[in-house]
Amino acid sequence: MAGTLAEKVWDAHVVRRGTDGAPDLLYIDLHLVHEVTSPQAFEGLRIAGRPVRRPDLTLATEDHNTPTLDIDRPIADTTSRTQIQTLRNNAAEFGVRIHSLGDADQGIVHQVGPQLGLTQPGLTVVCGDSHTSTHGAFGALAFGIGTSEVEHVLATQTLPLAPFKTMAITVDGQLPQGATSKDIILAIIAKIGTGGGQGYVLEYRGEAIRSLSMEARMTICNMSIEAGARAGMIAPDETTFAYLKGRPHAPEGADWDAAVEYWKTLRTDDDAVFDEEVVLAAADLEPFVTWGTNPGQGLPLSANVPVPEQIADANERVAAERAIEYMGLTPGQPLREIKVDTVFIGSCTNGRIEDLRSVAKVVRGKKKADEVRVLVVPASARVRLQAEAEGLDKIFLDFGAEWRNAGCSMCLGMNPDQLTPGERSASTSNRNFEGRQGKGGRTHLVSPLVAAATAIRGTLSSYGDLGTGRPAPDGSPLSDERDLQTV
Amino acid sequence: MEKFTQHTGVGVPLRRSNVDTDQIIPAVYLKRVTRTGFEDALFAAWRGDPAFILNQDAYSSGTVLVAGPDFGTGSSREHAVWALKDYGFKVVLSARFADIFRGNSGKQGLLAAQLAQEDIELIWKILETRPGTEITVDLESRTVTCDDVVVPLHVDDYTRWRLMEGLDDIGLTMQHTDEIADFEARRESWRPATLPAKHLPPVEIKAARPVEVELGRRPA
Repeated sequence: MAGTLAEKVWDAHVVRRGTDGAPDLLYIDLHLVHEVTSPQAFEGLRIAGRPVRRPDLTLATEDHNTPTLDIDRPIADTTSRTQIQTLRNNAAEFGVRIHSLGDADQGIVHQVGPQLGLTQPGLTVVCGDSHTSTHGAFGALAFGIGTSEVEHVLATQTLPLAPFKTMAITVDGQLPQGATSKDIILAIIAKIGTGGGQGYVLEYRGEAIRSLSMEARMTICNMSIEAGARAGMIAPDETTFAYLKGRPHAPEGADWDAAVEYWKTLRTDDDAVFDEEVVLAAADLEPFVTWGTNPGQGLPLSANVPVPEQIADANERVAAERAIEYMGLTPGQPLREIKVDTVFIGSCTNGRIEDLRSVAKVVRGKKKADEVRVLVVPASARVRLQAEAEGLDKIFLDFGAEWRNAGCSMCLGMNPDQLTPGERSASTSNRNFEGRQGKGGRTHLVSPLVAAATAIRGTLSSYGDLGTGRPAPDGSPLSDERDLQTV
Repeated sequence: MEKFTQHTGVGVPLRRSNVDTDQIIPAVYLKRVTRTGFEDALFAAWRGDPAFILNQDAYSSGTVLVAGPDFGTGSSREHAVWALKDYGFKVVLSARFADIFRGNSGKQGLLAAQLAQEDIELIWKILETRPGTEITVDLESRTVTCDDVVVPLHVDDYTRWRLMEGLDDIGLTMQHTDEIADFEARRESWRPATLPAKHLPPVEIKAARPVEVELGRRPA
């Protein structure tokens, strides 16, 4: 029978079909663990006297709490220190591989899996973190789980899962200058809403998606959860295989050939039927920013802050009024006139090497706006090393930005990297909820290109606003000859 | 897990949509390593406001939260469910729940039941007109009763059965360990394993240091 990509991966992992309304029991290929959502799960195992069934399919890293400064010194916040120490103790007790702060393989869990080559097409991947959807960029079925489920996977390497519906999101054509994969996903969420994906696994398709790099695909799948979806996926192709080839845990030799042969079957059949279909034209997209307090409250940068009286739906109107008040904005105000205090470049959404390269190309040789602080936080220690090998760190420091160690950082402010009450950020992260980046903080979600232009001008800006008259840079490595011309 | 068949308690009208898990419990409260003691963290950012619903005497002992659509969106943090439970809530009613939140609730014996938005509006009006009105939620008959209003609730059959029997998932799955072992025997050998660990050569990671901000206006 014809199937979608998601259905094929699901079917390949059914340990036991559910009967009488019970869910299917699915096998989990890769379980990623971090310090925040795991302590109570390990405690549950300890109380029940259960081991971790498959430590060899489990990987822990420290990311949410870790400081991005002075990482060679004891963590100042005692509760953060305790939580990280608890993960280290649990990893040692249960035989789980861990990459701790200071280790070259430490970083945000959703960057560490892909960069080690552990995230592969056709896998089931779970983690006690909603942005696990990131791994769907490889054609894996990947989703966030709660702590009870973390304990369940640790104990059994399986999960009982309710069936999902499938939604195709087709992005036709090619993106215009200055628009990026971040703008695609912000536009999708604004279109279908924060609840639009509830119960669905999304599959991103179409020419615009196919032409994206793996990093850009990860940005899109990462934010599937912001549309409420269980997961987001992109069928693997030559771009995927090229990214994986030669990575530490990628298959080798005959195993590689067998894997690729299987991976090539991981695509939705031509006659498969989705429960829902959404189509966007890439050519219509432009840099997108959020104005409100959920990721669905976004608009093209050229638009104005909405006027609540003009919103028909009563719930949406109230939500908009509340969001505009919280964000300290005026209805009808042009988004381009919004001044920011902080620019945050990082997170599992946009803290990868390509993101850092495209920012570096924009800011090279320039100075940041005087009143803006700029934080650049690589998604992982390896990304930081790579950026330093390419000289990006010097570009950021010359620009006036802070060049930090890797972690989740200001995306959710569990470490000291927080906004203060009333402080406004342009952030390449994924959530603009009230207080997300610090109590009373105000967040505008943006692409790395918009973040870079905003850091230069001090107000929400696109690359085009810089008036260079040149094409917007991409995420390829810097080359003096080419980029000195384009920047 | 305790069995859940029926519950009666004071209803709390929360007239907000898109109540995300960062609102239910901000990230700074997630650093604890225990499973209990999160009651103070529930809706922490709003609890300082005297007008907030839980700060009103008639509602402060509420056990049935009646919320706007898209409750529990965002982060997967199960702490959101623990905080609601620790505060005393047994039931959350909403027209739409985020998937992960609903799943987490079911695992912890907190009933996340779906109602039509128009029924939510009806119940809101009753609770606001007569603060302290009790709501009865009955899983057996799948109904919610508030004053003279009786409306149907929706919860999937499997979750309903598990709640009514008080069954925990791990115990249920452990009955099928033979099938799990059979599946493992069939798995392709090239599928990745985290152990033995492979990685690029270890390199020393230099610690970033704070920089003096010369011109920046950093809000106090």
